[in-house]
Amino acid sequence: MIEMKLISKRFGKINPLSIEEYIKFDGYKNLKKAFSMERTAIIEEVQKAYLRGRGGAGFPTAIKMMALAKETNKEKYILCNADEGEPGNFKDRYLMENDPHQVLEGMIIVAYATGGTKGIIYVRGEYQKSISLLKWSIDEAKKKGYLGNKILGSKFNFDIEVRSGAGSYVCGEEFSLIESIEGNPGRTRVKPPFPTQIGVFGKPTLINNVETFSTIPTILEISGAEFAKIGTPTSTGTKLISLSGNVKNKGVFEIPFGVPIRDVIYKLGKGIEKDRKLKMVQLGGACGPIIPEYMLDMIIDFERFEEFESKTGAGAIIVIDERFDLFDILLKIVQFFQHESCGKCTPCREGHIQLANLIKKFVERKATMEDIVSLESLARVIHQTSLCGLGQTSPTAIISSLRYFRDDYIDCVEHSYKG
Amino acid sequence: MLLKEVLKKYQRKEDNLIEILLDYQAIKSNHYISKEEIIEIAEYLSLPESKVCSVLTFYTFFSDKPRGKHIIQVCKDVPCYISSQVNVLKTIEKELGIRVNETTQNQQFTLEFTSCIGCCEAGPAMRINDKIYTNLTADKIKAILSEYRVYMQ
Amino acid sequence: MKMVNLIINNVKVTVEENTSILKAAKKFNMNIPTLCYYEDLGIKSDCRVCVVQVEGKKGLVSSCSTPVSEGMVVYTNSARVLNARKTIVELILSNHDVKCTTCIKNMRCELQNLAKNLGIDENRFPSVFERQPIDDNNPSIVRDPNLCIKCGRCVDVCNNVQGTSVLAFYGRGHETRVSAVFDEHLSDAFCTLCGQCASVCPVGAITEKDDTDLVWKALADPNKHVIVQVAPAVRVSLGEEVGQKIGTIVTGKMVSAMKILGFDQVFDTDFTADLTILEEGNELIHRITNGGVLPMMTSCCPGWINFAETRYPDILDHISSCKSPQQMFGSLAKSFYPQKIGLDPKDIFVVSVMPCTAKKYEAKRTEMSVDGENPDIDVVLTTRELGKMIKQMGIDFENLDEKPFDSPFGITTGAGAIFGATGGVMEAAIRTVYEVVNKKPLESLDFKELRGLEGIKEAEINLNGTMVKVAVAHTLSMAKVLSEQVRNGTSPYTFIEIMTCPGGCIGGGGQPYGTTNKTRLDRISAIYEVDAGMPLRKSHENPEVLALYKDFLKEPLGKLSHHLLHTYYHNRNNKSQTR
Repeated sequence: MIEMKLISKRFGKINPLSIEEYIKFDGYKNLKKAFSMERTAIIEEVQKAYLRGRGGAGFPTAIKMMALAKETNKEKYILCNADEGEPGNFKDRYLMENDPHQVLEGMIIVAYATGGTKGIIYVRGEYQKSISLLKWSIDEAKKKGYLGNKILGSKFNFDIEVRSGAGSYVCGEEFSLIESIEGNPGRTRVKPPFPTQIGVFGKPTLINNVETFSTIPTILEISGAEFAKIGTPTSTGTKLISLSGNVKNKGVFEIPFGVPIRDVIYKLGKGIEKDRKLKMVQLGGACGPIIPEYMLDMIIDFERFEEFESKTGAGAIIVIDERFDLFDILLKIVQFFQHESCGKCTPCREGHIQLANLIKKFVERKATMEDIVSLESLARVIHQTSLCGLGQTSPTAIISSLRYFRDDYIDCVEHSYKG
Repeated sequence: MLLKEVLKKYQRKEDNLIEILLDYQAIKSNHYISKEEIIEIAEYLSLPESKVCSVLTFYTFFSDKPRGKHIIQVCKDVPCYISSQVNVLKTIEKELGIRVNETTQNQQFTLEFTSCIGCCEAGPAMRINDKIYTNLTADKIKAILSEYRVYMQ
Repeated sequence: MKMVNLIINNVKVTVEENTSILKAAKKFNMNIPTLCYYEDLGIKSDCRVCVVQVEGKKGLVSSCSTPVSEGMVVYTNSARVLNARKTIVELILSNHDVKCTTCIKNMRCELQNLAKNLGIDENRFPSVFERQPIDDNNPSIVRDPNLCIKCGRCVDVCNNVQGTSVLAFYGRGHETRVSAVFDEHLSDAFCTLCGQCASVCPVGAITEKDDTDLVWKALADPNKHVIVQVAPAVRVSLGEEVGQKIGTIVTGKMVSAMKILGFDQVFDTDFTADLTILEEGNELIHRITNGGVLPMMTSCCPGWINFAETRYPDILDHISSCKSPQQMFGSLAKSFYPQKIGLDPKDIFVVSVMPCTAKKYEAKRTEMSVDGENPDIDVVLTTRELGKMIKQMGIDFENLDEKPFDSPFGITTGAGAIFGATGGVMEAAIRTVYEVVNKKPLESLDFKELRGLEGIKEAEINLNGTMVKVAVAHTLSMAKVLSEQVRNGTSPYTFIEIMTCPGGCIGGGGQPYGTTNKTRLDRISAIYEVDAGMPLRKSHENPEVLALYKDFLKEPLGKLSHHLLHTYYHNRNNKSQTR
């Protein structure tokens, strides 16, 4: 068995509109358990589980929770990042559409453990179905006393509201997201201070991804220690993988960390459509590396992904077959970032259009060896100097392709029209 | 008049700006926010007009120019691109006789690009207003469009 | 304060915690190049020019925004850093209208300077620049978006210092642009024309409208009698334009230089500042004793008048009806002066040198005309433009002799001089009003509580046994605070001074580039030094002003005064009723 269904266990098994069905299927059980625990003990469990953020960066969740718990401000925000805009990712949508209460339960537990007073789920505007489902579920949870004042008869008050994005990928970046919630354009802020110090509306704020919150009830259920046994020593637990592209069986799959990419593509994805040859795989999404067939035995964990100097832990696998030209794909990726750049910092604002111009030369077979040098140099500068995660990770595809598909570049130059 | 009713639903808080714009633009048949409306919203929230405008021009959902009743947004990112058996954009362009970022003469359709809409497992995908259509083929696109044409009359 | 040890470029340094890497390096004589950074403004960290390498960090970090930490190892000029910095500047240049030699900011442009220092001799990136229309629709400021590098300084000043929210970022990504709302002209967007944006713009995207050619033309015209007035703040800042230390007082050399430029007479706006005090002081006394509208607010600052007419049209009757010193000079220059020297007013060409861009607009107001047709002031130059003319003519400023201002507008007092600093008009007014009302001399002429860069300053004065509260505000954000009180009827003050620019006129939008709070304080010190060194320090003791009343105006607030020295204001809020 490659799959391991912990947080996707209810997918397709319950009616997401029904809180009763959720409750029947162990729902809100772990919230009750949390209420019976010391607040610090909950954070300890998360720490023992060594849960790392599922949004991409892989930051240890317990450290964020401790930082927030330490803050003495009367108001503290628990923010759920559901601005899943990375091309190739749709697992958060599955979580929200198939098991919305699990997201809520995770948020309530984290709020309880850290002293959070208000929750906000920021959902990208494209996910209208998720938005209505979450709103519905919040109302249901309130009726049942899982949200609102004096939750489950305790002294703990916590409420969650849903905010919609309006078409901006960069709002998935934490400070851009905060800006957007405050009603501003999603242009990031300078760090420090960090969100746990000064976050949304100037209040201490913990931000986590939908999947991270969804994992919290499971950790309480099986204990942190048991959770840590799943996966690899440094990447614990399971991960939802969004598998798309030219495979026979696309979709969201939950696997323990440590599974080779090849197994995901050939066992869960049932191989390449029409049994064509695989040309390349993009990991993580548009901001992730592009790797060739011979690297597919690489296992999925945070460490392997970090080697690409990119935050690609969101778990997308985009499979691209032999029919496609590397440069067509790269151009689409660069144009995506050119369109989604907030425009605040120079390398990202001015760099992507130049990257696109360079890639176009390869697409049109008009490139020279110098263009390879320029492309590599510019991609590295954008990666090293951009203000936020968007520009820091956008050149990953190019940088990795220069490493693994250098022959394509050389071939292209050799076959380019001269003059 | 309509705008006033929308505004009434919201507290006069700065952070309601995006929600108000989304809410109001969705119910307007031409899906845009006019200069006069920007001024009215700014006044309601006690914000400078420049602030409302900079939000409006930052997010792709918003428009400061009139658009068609049905806004067709075609995903242009890699997962949809590699899953396509058909050039979705070209098919729609041919069907409606407009190019991307144009509106049909009868003000019914506006054609736009969108970044990934998170339906990569079922690409190619497009959005018409709030509704998402997946696994598009040439026939399916034609069927969807004719449904809108009938529906609108 | 906790100290932090770190190593910058192999030099061990110790600085206070929370210091930025940029400041720490500067303290130890290592200047990291910057572009969006501007002392006293918010840290934007968006140009990325100041990036440095920190050991153990994967990417490069911006030194303006990254605080030092114990044991940190920083390289400000490693090969990687230099390459990144060069690339960033090349990227900026690839979307910039590169026309340096014909640009108004040639040789004083921060981008050009940066490119030169980094040794950029070619741009690897092709230009992607697309031309956009220039906004030169107002008399004060030209905005050329083709030169804009999106550093955000102007947006910061306009929104956070002035609270005027005229300029903002629109769009996103490569299409990001700075503009007025609805892409209107600044003149339609309630811009106060304060010019603070021009003062901080690192490139030539926002500048004063250059009127030097008009002055050269007049000077060359043998039929014109060309006279000039110079505002108080100019004499303590012009030096910076010609290579002198900040805060140098250059009054005498400045007069010499203007004589060489060819002005027939060089007069002092300090004179009409004294005159303003007599008119405005008496207006205040009149309002207090006759139950007039209070608090009274000052009217010397045209940026403030623009602000009030567009944002606070309901409180215009609180504003003194006195014209500004510039315009009082203008009226006299086209009435009293030609009479006195026997010339047709039409042959007199009046130039002002002001620290201010809004003064250019003020001079164009239709009510600022004695004959109802021609403007009293023909051209207004900023301090920077005067500096430009001095350089164009090749004047060796440093070696000039010092010359006095000409009569009949040449004798001035310390009270007129301090108009150039925030709090100065108030202090000058108190010196006169106190003595006129109480009929006894002030013990100390120095009102220290009204000096300095505090946003809002207060004082109390005893007028015939009644304690009267006064307040002074500079920057329009602070003006807003006091104006709201006036609007709501909660203002505890009797008299309010408002200056648009931070620090008052010495920090004006037309002053030499690079103005920071430190510069402002140095210029302010110079202003008070001028004051302290004057034989006369109270406006009502100015003999030329007294002679003017005796020979011409008769009395403050008299009929002729009213005609020549007072004005009225308009509600210019034409957009919505309640904005």
